[in-house]
Amino acid sequence: MSTFRDERFLRIVGQIAFAAAVVLFALWCLGNYRARGLSFSFAFLQDEASFDLAEGMAFSPIDPYWKAFIVGLVNTIKVAILGIILATILGTITGVARLSTNWLISNIASVYIEIIRNTPLLVQLFFIYFAVALKLPELRDRLVLPGPIFLSNRGIHLVWWRPTASFTWWVPFWIVALVAAVGIYLWRVRLEGRRRRPVSRLPWAFLALVIPLIGWLLVPGNPLYADKPAVEGLKVVGGTSVSPEFAAILFGLVIYTGAFIAEVVRAGIMAVPRGQTEAARAQGFTEMQILRLIVLPQAIRIIIPPLISQYLNLTKNSSLAIAIGFLDLYAVSNTMLNQSGRIVEVFIMVMAAYLSMSLTISLIMNVANRRLAMVER
Amino acid sequence: MTVDVEVMKPPRTEVGALGWLRKNLFGTWYDALLTVGSVAFICVVLYGVFNWALNTAKWGVVTTNIKVFMVGRYPYSEVWRIWTSVGLFLVMALVSLVVWKRNVTKARRGVTIAWVIVLLLTIVLLKGFGDLPLIPSVPINIWSGLMLTLALGIVGIVASFPMGVLLALGRRSSLPVIKVFCTTYIEGIRGVPLISVLFMSMLMIPLFLPPSIRLDNVLRAMVAMTLFSAAYVAENVRGGLQAIPEGQYEAGRAVGLNEGLVMVLIVLPQALRAMIPAIVGQFISLYKDTSLVVIVGLLDILGVAKAVTGQREWIGTQKEVFAFAGVIFFVTCSALSYASRRLEKQLGVGER
Repeated sequence: MSTFRDERFLRIVGQIAFAAAVVLFALWCLGNYRARGLSFSFAFLQDEASFDLAEGMAFSPIDPYWKAFIVGLVNTIKVAILGIILATILGTITGVARLSTNWLISNIASVYIEIIRNTPLLVQLFFIYFAVALKLPELRDRLVLPGPIFLSNRGIHLVWWRPTASFTWWVPFWIVALVAAVGIYLWRVRLEGRRRRPVSRLPWAFLALVIPLIGWLLVPGNPLYADKPAVEGLKVVGGTSVSPEFAAILFGLVIYTGAFIAEVVRAGIMAVPRGQTEAARAQGFTEMQILRLIVLPQAIRIIIPPLISQYLNLTKNSSLAIAIGFLDLYAVSNTMLNQSGRIVEVFIMVMAAYLSMSLTISLIMNVANRRLAMVER
Repeated sequence: MTVDVEVMKPPRTEVGALGWLRKNLFGTWYDALLTVGSVAFICVVLYGVFNWALNTAKWGVVTTNIKVFMVGRYPYSEVWRIWTSVGLFLVMALVSLVVWKRNVTKARRGVTIAWVIVLLLTIVLLKGFGDLPLIPSVPINIWSGLMLTLALGIVGIVASFPMGVLLALGRRSSLPVIKVFCTTYIEGIRGVPLISVLFMSMLMIPLFLPPSIRLDNVLRAMVAMTLFSAAYVAENVRGGLQAIPEGQYEAGRAVGLNEGLVMVLIVLPQALRAMIPAIVGQFISLYKDTSLVVIVGLLDILGVAKAVTGQREWIGTQKEVFAFAGVIFFVTCSALSYASRRLEKQLGVGER
């Protein structure tokens, strides 16, 4: 009976048994699924959706299901990208403020971080949407901020720049200038490599952009005009509008993720050895220069990995939009499965979409991480 | 010839209250500007908050409905059972505190076993049995309010921990089938939002079970929270396992322990100790995430808050109820993270 004491044999048997158990369980589940008379097919995606979507790309009830899914996906991506950018800005500022030598500033930052981190995102979203966004005055008693920006319970209306007929004349100039700017920038980078001494790059690159800018300002006739919102009767014409749902989910995600990013930034900055700051101060750098040239470039390498997971969290958390009625990928899919009854199929699509978004973000950030990683000398 | 050597005092602007002000608030001109700006900001915010909380807010919505917020639809005649459970937990917490503080090594095992018993007892007490005279059954489906929030949190934490450890071990296993299974599970769950896992357990799981098996909504939510959190706990534990030097395994094998015992007696205790901050952080976020069950229609404290604003006499009190729910979460989460920092210090994480 030596085979049964042989470890290699036991390992293989164990694995086969485990795999068999998993497969049997899956088959049992599938059997139950079939026994309910349910089928599995993606053909319904071509059918008429017969529901309306008020957010994002144009969509009408006669469009097919797959188009509804795309609308939701685009809305989610929009929230995610805007949210990531704004949360990074807010988080960096707060993280630096948290470390400020100014007692008040650092305490304001830490109160904000503690309050936000210790309450659930959903409570904050409910508060922002039900208690603030929907409590704004009616359109006729709207709040007007300079710009003009209208705040009302219909959302935010703000000024938007639209191209006029002469805009097309300017497009080739801008393209040429942009290409020239990139070219100059690359040339300066190579020059720096050759001279082995830092040379200024950005001001030179901007030089190429200044020429069309001067023309833009001097030549008569506006290529862009400001489309200002105005109230006509019961609706707003002109400008662009942000729905209360979109504003609430975006603000909520930015405020929530910003607090977490602040902690990430703070930890990253604190991980830079104190000697670095002291050495820089001894050499006569100003505080701002120390932060910009010495501390942040080193801290960013420590910050990026946890930052990736914050970005992933933000993207996944955007699915909470369903709780306040913003039509993101998740909310649209929920309507789709209620409407079509194709629960399993829609769920597979949703999972696949979120997984691929997560993978894309990790991929981009990992590439950035590798490019920025410290080169050991 | 004597020279009076007068000891020069430090300048008044460098020490005391003035020195503190100078150093922390008015170091440079832009510091002073920031300080003035922040003072103005704080005044505006504090005035707004206090003015609202003391004058405008109708706290009646919270005080009248406080029972609903706490226990929801749990029959009021049975509320003593909740109090008893809370009392049991407090007593246990006190006993463990004394045992660990005094370092009574002998009592530790007893306390651990007592915790398990208390936990089971609480479940029996809260749920009740059929038509026992003293503790009639209270269906899990009507659990709501803060009680549901705590129940979801505690069950999720207790159940997801062992599952997470198993998944982490599976992911580091040398058996390819198990490794692939665990890795797929962990990465799959971590790639999708919790809300989709919750919805899946509500809508999809019933489709794959025979009609004879019916699970309560609350139970399904508990299962979903556990399955979701286990994947994250697994990653934390894996981080801890990776930090254990290879020498520990080798030493364990050298003294004649088999693989399982090396894991249980040598590696896991060290790995778990190192990962306590991360795991507690994960538990706090699990506790916060229990609020998501609102979206699948359960009435946890946030769900109650939302429902209460629908009452006719309390229309338009969204600010009050959501602020209340937020304060409850804030207090409990802050307490948890304070406890974790204390625990960290006591166990000497990161020290040798």
